[in-house]
Amino acid sequence: MAKNGNGTPSVMVVVQLSGGNDFMNTVIPFDNPVYHDSRPTVSIQADDVLPLNDTLGWHPSMGPMKEMYDAGKVAVVQGIGYENSSRSHFRAMDIMHTCTPESVGTEGWVARAVREIDPEKENVLTCVNFGRGLPRAMAAPGVPVASVGDLESYGLMTGIGDQRERDEALDIFKQMYAPAIGSGPVMDYLSQTGLDVLKGADQLRLAPERYESNVEYAENPIARSLRDAAKVHLAGLGTRVLYANHGGYDVHANENPTQPKLLGELSAAIMDFFQDLRDHDAADEVAMLVFTEFGRRIKDNGSGTDHGSGGGAFIIGERVNGGLYAEYPPLAPDQWLNGEDMRHTIDFRGIYGTMLEQWMGLDPAPIVGGVFEQVHPFR
Amino acid sequence: MTDGNLALTAHLLRRAGFGAGRQELERYAAMGYEEVVEDLLHLERHSDEFTDLLDRYYEGEGVPSAAAKWIYRMVNTRRPLQEKIALFWHHVFATGWAKSEHGPASFGQIDTFRRIGMSDVRTILIELSRDPAMIFWLDNNENHKTEINENYGRELLELFSMGVGNYNEDDIKNAARAFTGWTFSQPIPLYPFGHYPTRFVYREDDHDDSEKSFLGETGHFNGEDIVEIIARQPATARFLCRHLYNFFVADEPQVPAWEQVPPRDPSAIELLMRVYMESNGDMRAILRALFNSDFFKTSQSKKVKSPTELVAGVIKLVGTHRFPRPGMLDYAGAVTLMGQSLFDPPTVEGWHTGKEWIDGGTLNERVNFAVNEVSDATKPGIRFIIDRIESTGEPLPPDDFVSQCLDLAGPVDVGEETRKGLLRYANAGGTLDFASEAQPGDGESRVVRMIQLIVASRDYQFA
Repeated sequence: MAKNGNGTPSVMVVVQLSGGNDFMNTVIPFDNPVYHDSRPTVSIQADDVLPLNDTLGWHPSMGPMKEMYDAGKVAVVQGIGYENSSRSHFRAMDIMHTCTPESVGTEGWVARAVREIDPEKENVLTCVNFGRGLPRAMAAPGVPVASVGDLESYGLMTGIGDQRERDEALDIFKQMYAPAIGSGPVMDYLSQTGLDVLKGADQLRLAPERYESNVEYAENPIARSLRDAAKVHLAGLGTRVLYANHGGYDVHANENPTQPKLLGELSAAIMDFFQDLRDHDAADEVAMLVFTEFGRRIKDNGSGTDHGSGGGAFIIGERVNGGLYAEYPPLAPDQWLNGEDMRHTIDFRGIYGTMLEQWMGLDPAPIVGGVFEQVHPFR
Repeated sequence: MTDGNLALTAHLLRRAGFGAGRQELERYAAMGYEEVVEDLLHLERHSDEFTDLLDRYYEGEGVPSAAAKWIYRMVNTRRPLQEKIALFWHHVFATGWAKSEHGPASFGQIDTFRRIGMSDVRTILIELSRDPAMIFWLDNNENHKTEINENYGRELLELFSMGVGNYNEDDIKNAARAFTGWTFSQPIPLYPFGHYPTRFVYREDDHDDSEKSFLGETGHFNGEDIVEIIARQPATARFLCRHLYNFFVADEPQVPAWEQVPPRDPSAIELLMRVYMESNGDMRAILRALFNSDFFKTSQSKKVKSPTELVAGVIKLVGTHRFPRPGMLDYAGAVTLMGQSLFDPPTVEGWHTGKEWIDGGTLNERVNFAVNEVSDATKPGIRFIIDRIESTGEPLPPDDFVSQCLDLAGPVDVGEETRKGLLRYANAGGTLDFASEAQPGDGESRVVRMIQLIVASRDYQFA
C-alpha cells in the first residue's frame, strides 16, 4: 500500500499541460551559455529567474511553485521522454495517454489503474475528470469515469420540475440505457456512460453542498478545475484519481507572454489547491503529477519554440521529498538529439510507474506496459 | 409505419445538412432521393441572404454572437450542405480563435469555407494557405526567408492533406520554406490592434525562392507549387476521403490512428478516391458519389452526432428561430458545454469525434438540453406533431403511440431496450385518446413527455 501513512487511501491528482510545455523555460538552466545563445528571443535572463539552485531557476512567473519547492514539497523530474519522440501533438499526447510509442493504443493508463483500484466498479466516482472533454488517458472499455464540466449543474433531467414525474422519467431513462446485446461497442459505451451519470450525479451533488473553504481560487480554467477537484476530494466520495487539463502551451509564437501567464495560473492554482486541502486536514493522502506531451526545441525560432522532446514533470505533495530527480537533458550541442532536441534521460512510463507503485500501491508493469526506471520522491 | 423513402431522406438531411422539421422533410421527400442530392449539391439553385438581418439582431464581434449566427444559418439556410461543408472544413482545418482573439479573421475563415468549400482541393488548400486566421494560428507570419517556422508546413502535410507517414522531415522544412513570405496585413491579434479586417499579403522580399526538393520533385517552389504537388498525391486523396467518410458516413477511429488502422470500409474509400483522382479533387463530384452510394444509404445511426449537429437538429425539430430573435446565444453556449466551441477548436488537431464526443459530462448536457427544448407544446414543431396525432381522430393504443411519436420526431430508429422503456411510459397511461382525456391537456402532455424520452435516449445521440 501507499506511503501516505495517514490511514486513508492514497489519492492521485493528474494535471495535464496540453500543447507541449517548454520545460527549458520552466526550469531554466540560467547560467548555461548554450541556453542563452540558443534562445536569443525567448530566454529568461539569469537575474530574473527564481533560483532553485546554482544552475537552475524557476520561471519568474512561478513564485508559488518556488515557494512550494523551497518548502520541500515539489519533486522536479527532469528530462522525461521516450525513444523516437513524436512531434505531432496528436500522436505525442496519445502516446503519453496510452503508453504505446510503437503502436496506436486504445486504453489509457489512468483507466487501467482505475480498473485495478476498483475492479468490481463499485464506485462510479473512483476517477473524476474536470473540464470539457475526456482525455484518452482515462478511456478504456468498461471503466467508469465521471467527467464533470460544471460541478454545480451535474444531474439528468433537472428541467422536469415535478419530482415524481422526474423520478418516473429517470426510471425509464435507466431502462432505455440498459445494456443491449449485440448493439456494438459504441452503443455499449453510451449505455454505460448514461447509467454511470445517473449513479454519479446523486453523489456528486453532495460535493458542493458539503464544501466550505477560506481559500479564494483565481478565475481561470485550471483554478476552477482544481477547486472542483478539492470539493470532490473533501466530500469523501471515495474518489482516488482526479484529473484536470490545462491547455494552451503550444508556443510556436509569442512564447513570452503566453507561457508565463499559463505557468503563473498553474502555480497559483496548485498552491491554492494544497492550501485548501491542508486547511481541511486532507492533504497528506494526496500526491499530484503534472506532465506534458513533449518539450520544445532547444533553439527558438525568433518568436517561440517549435515542437521538440525531453519534457519535464512535477510530483507535488505533503509526502514528497522535494528536489531534483533524473538528469537535466545535456545541453552541449554535440549531445543534442537529431542536432536540435533535448535528449530525454528517463522514460515517462517510469514516472507513471513511480506514482502507481510508490503512491497508489499498484503493480505498474501491466498498466504502463513494462518495467521502467522509477524515481523515489516520496518520504 | 415509417416509409422507406422518408427515412432515407431524413438520413440524407441529417448528414448533408442539420436535419429537417417534419413539413420540410415531407417536402424534400416528395422530390425523390437523387433529386434531393442534386438540390443539395447545387448551392447556386437557392439564394443565401442572411447577413443584414442577422447582423442587426446579433451584434458584436464576440465568438458567442458569431456562433449563434452560424447556428441560425444552419437551421434556416436553403443551402444546408453549404453550412455542413463549412463545418466539415472547420473540423479538418481546425483554427482556434483563442490565440488571436480576432473575430473578423476567425469568422472570415468560415465565410471562405462557405465560398470555396465545395470547389476542388487545390483551390481549397491555396485559399487555406492564404487565410489570415490560419496564417496567424500556425505562425506562418513568423515564417521568414532567413528563419523558417515550420508549423504551417508540418500541419499542412500531417493534418490538412496527406497524413503522417507519407513524407519526411525534409519535405516539411521545404514546404515551410515555400510558404515564406505568405503573411497578412496587420492587424492580428486583437490586442493591441483591434477588430479591423485583415487580408492576405505576399511579401516577395521575405520569400525564399531558392531551389527545394519536395516529395521527390525539385524546383524553385512557391506555396502554390507545393499545393499543386500535394493535391495530386494519392495519399491526399485517401486522407481527405477518409475525412469525408468519417464526417458524412460513419465514425472512424481518431485521425492519429489512420496511419495504422485500415478504414472500416476499404471499398468505400477506394470508390471515393477513384472519384477524387478522376475529378482532380472536385468536392461536388466526390460528395455526389458519396451520397448516392449504398454504403451511405445503409449508414444510419453509424455516427455519433457532434454537439453542433445535436443542437441544430433539435432546433429544427422544435421549429423555433425561423426568424432572428433572442435566445440564440444560449445555443452557442450549449454547443460549447457539450464539448464543441465553434470557431475555437482546442488544438490544431481539431475535435475528437465519434464516441469521444460522449463522456459523463457531455452526455448529461446533451440529454438535458434536448429534453428541455422539446418540453414546450407551443413550439411550432412540437405543436405540429401533437396536431398531426390528434387530427387522425383515432384512439392510439400504446404501441402505436410510441411508433407515431418515433416517426414524427425523426423518424428516429431505436433499439429494443429503448422501445421497451418508451412502451412502459405509454402503457402507464393506456390508450392515447384526445377525445376522452381525464383532464384537458393530458394527451398533449403525454406526447410531449414521450418526445422528451425519445430525445433522451441513447439512440438519439446517433445521426
